[in-house]
Amino acid sequence: MPRPRRGRRGRSTTAALTACSALVAGAALTGCGAGRDPGVFTVLNSSTDASYHGWDAATLKRCSTKLGLTIEQQSVPAAQVMQKSLRMASSKSLPDVIQFDASETPTFAEAGGLVDLRSLGLSTKDIPKGIVDFGSYKGTYYGAARTVNTLALFYNKDILKKAGLEVPTTWDEMRETSKKLTQGSQYGIALSAGGAEDGVFQFAPFMWSNGGDETNLAGPKVAAALDYWKGLIKDGSLSRSTVNWTQADVNDQFMAGNAAMMINGPWQVETLNTKKNLHWGIARIPVPSSGEKSVGPLGGAVLTVPKTGDTGRQKTAAKIIRCMSSEREQITYARNSWMVPANEKAAATWRKEVPELDALADQVATARSRTAKVGARWSSVSLALQSAFQSALTGQSSEAALKKAQTRATSGN
Amino acid sequence: MSTTTATAPSVQRTAVQKKTDPARARRRRRLSQWGFIAPAVVFMLLFFGYPLVRNVVMSFQDFSPSTFFDGKSPFNGTDNWSKVFHDDLFGKALWHTIVFTIGSLIGQFGIGLALAVFFTKRFPLNGFLRSLILLPWLVPMVVSGIVWRRILDQDTGVLNSFAETIGLGGATPWLTSPGMALFSVVMVNIWIGIPFNMVILYGGLQEIPKELYEASSLDGASAWRTFRSITLPLLKPVITVVLVLGFMSTVKILDLILALTDGGPADATQTLGTLTYQNSFVQLDFGAGAVVGNVLILISAVFAVFYLRANRSEGK
Repeated sequence: MPRPRRGRRGRSTTAALTACSALVAGAALTGCGAGRDPGVFTVLNSSTDASYHGWDAATLKRCSTKLGLTIEQQSVPAAQVMQKSLRMASSKSLPDVIQFDASETPTFAEAGGLVDLRSLGLSTKDIPKGIVDFGSYKGTYYGAARTVNTLALFYNKDILKKAGLEVPTTWDEMRETSKKLTQGSQYGIALSAGGAEDGVFQFAPFMWSNGGDETNLAGPKVAAALDYWKGLIKDGSLSRSTVNWTQADVNDQFMAGNAAMMINGPWQVETLNTKKNLHWGIARIPVPSSGEKSVGPLGGAVLTVPKTGDTGRQKTAAKIIRCMSSEREQITYARNSWMVPANEKAAATWRKEVPELDALADQVATARSRTAKVGARWSSVSLALQSAFQSALTGQSSEAALKKAQTRATSGN
Repeated sequence: MSTTTATAPSVQRTAVQKKTDPARARRRRRLSQWGFIAPAVVFMLLFFGYPLVRNVVMSFQDFSPSTFFDGKSPFNGTDNWSKVFHDDLFGKALWHTIVFTIGSLIGQFGIGLALAVFFTKRFPLNGFLRSLILLPWLVPMVVSGIVWRRILDQDTGVLNSFAETIGLGGATPWLTSPGMALFSVVMVNIWIGIPFNMVILYGGLQEIPKELYEASSLDGASAWRTFRSITLPLLKPVITVVLVLGFMSTVKILDLILALTDGGPADATQTLGTLTYQNSFVQLDFGAGAVVGNVLILISAVFAVFYLRANRSEGK
């Protein structure tokens, strides 16, 4: 076969290919070090749902106008906020504001990645102590919450009325009521004991209201709380599938009429309200015996300023947070998302607007942060606890399962 | 090829020496050959070599969230390794991975081969049914996981109510009993893997000359004998490929298990894949995550060698 102009062609292909591989390498290397645009500020959050993304976009638009800046929103799935932030930290391309789930703030703060919000001039006036602690790590205020949430007892008004039953307020009442409401394919109660943070979040109110504590999982109070869950399963009032349910699954069961009551959070309200003929009510989570305090877990996200090394931008970032967490914005956000405003005054206004969620606001007032006691170690404790209650609910004794969990949680694994 | 150019008659060489010096031509050709390989080499080094080496190094380092800020990741010897190996969960996960992989491979391959052989027969709707069986392959793993989680739900799942209707008794705790969950997860993975096995094996079966079957039937060989003495030996290279590829995609399973059970209940479905994920991205202990990752890479590497061996002997 003749090979015309082989030499020249050879050289030009070589050149082209070399250039090409250089480009591949170059693109891979420069991809990380993009500089910051002085006029554009970024907020990283987990608002990937269309509705949440839209609400945040509207808030940021109002704040952009007010502060005379351009603020952009960057949303990644909740489970990726931490990973993404860490990667951005190592490539020195952190955004100006990061919205973390409050249980993640200690990890990022401990790594030295956050700026003290008070030093940037943000005040905690009118914010209840519990919510300030919620955004703090080792006494430093790193995260400003706009709204907070917790769990409550949701009940189907029609089913309870038909059965002539009152909304339970104590563990015994809840067990009795659930038993009576269990018939056919309908369970008395639904909750999530799934093997992820969902399940641990749901176990917290039972553990805490009973006086149990995450620092000593092997304590008898925690075991008693777990035995209470086991009792519900033994009665048949709680489905065994609970170990495989997320909180969203629990909501589906409740909406489908497979459960008369459920433990869940206000983020489900948007979905619940899509079913027009479902009449639901909300109450505080029952306590071990009457007169005791119902302690739920405080949930929600906080706005933080990561250490970008640019003090000027950090100050502007604080202004953005101040605007996003202003009373008016808190009420707007709470009205959209059915969560409770963090600011006391805003919460009072909001209570008047949605009296049906009063129980939730009460529950928030006594709620506790998951990371207050164990800080950045929470993820280890949480994993150990998940494994423990799943073992117990599927047959093991609560004491044995929790004892093992305590060893696992303290081994620093 | 290059040797023929090199031994070109010397008369000719002197005549056109200026224009096509063979040594220069050869160099140029070699350069252009490297030019073609270079992008692949650069790509491999950058996206496979670097992460691989990095992962090995990381398993000997104290790599925590603060490393991302100060860049400090002090070497801590074999701390991560001993920590992982002393964790009960590692032994459990390793065992689950073995059961999961072997169970899945046997199921996928067995059913895949049976279907492939079945479809070599001519019958109406053959093509339609064959494409129908491909469906699981088209569905993303996470979607399959979520759908199967609903199907296998103890109370409201379709599978249990079906079993109840046909009188097999309902309420099987597919995913909610630690003793049962691993089995269910393997079952779903078999379902997902059947199309791949079937398609590749079916392709292999098409390659076997029909005359061999005619000859064997003339000799009066039984169906089983024909299968054992003709189909299996001639299908062997394809079988090796299917099993090795199947192994590699099964051993590192993560997404399916996360969607189905999240590793639960009570860690009954934790595998090396989910453990790596949990260590690195939930606990943010990247050193420990790297250790489990390395173990996985090691296991896969052993089978990759098998694969290369099989391919090489086939080339001869």
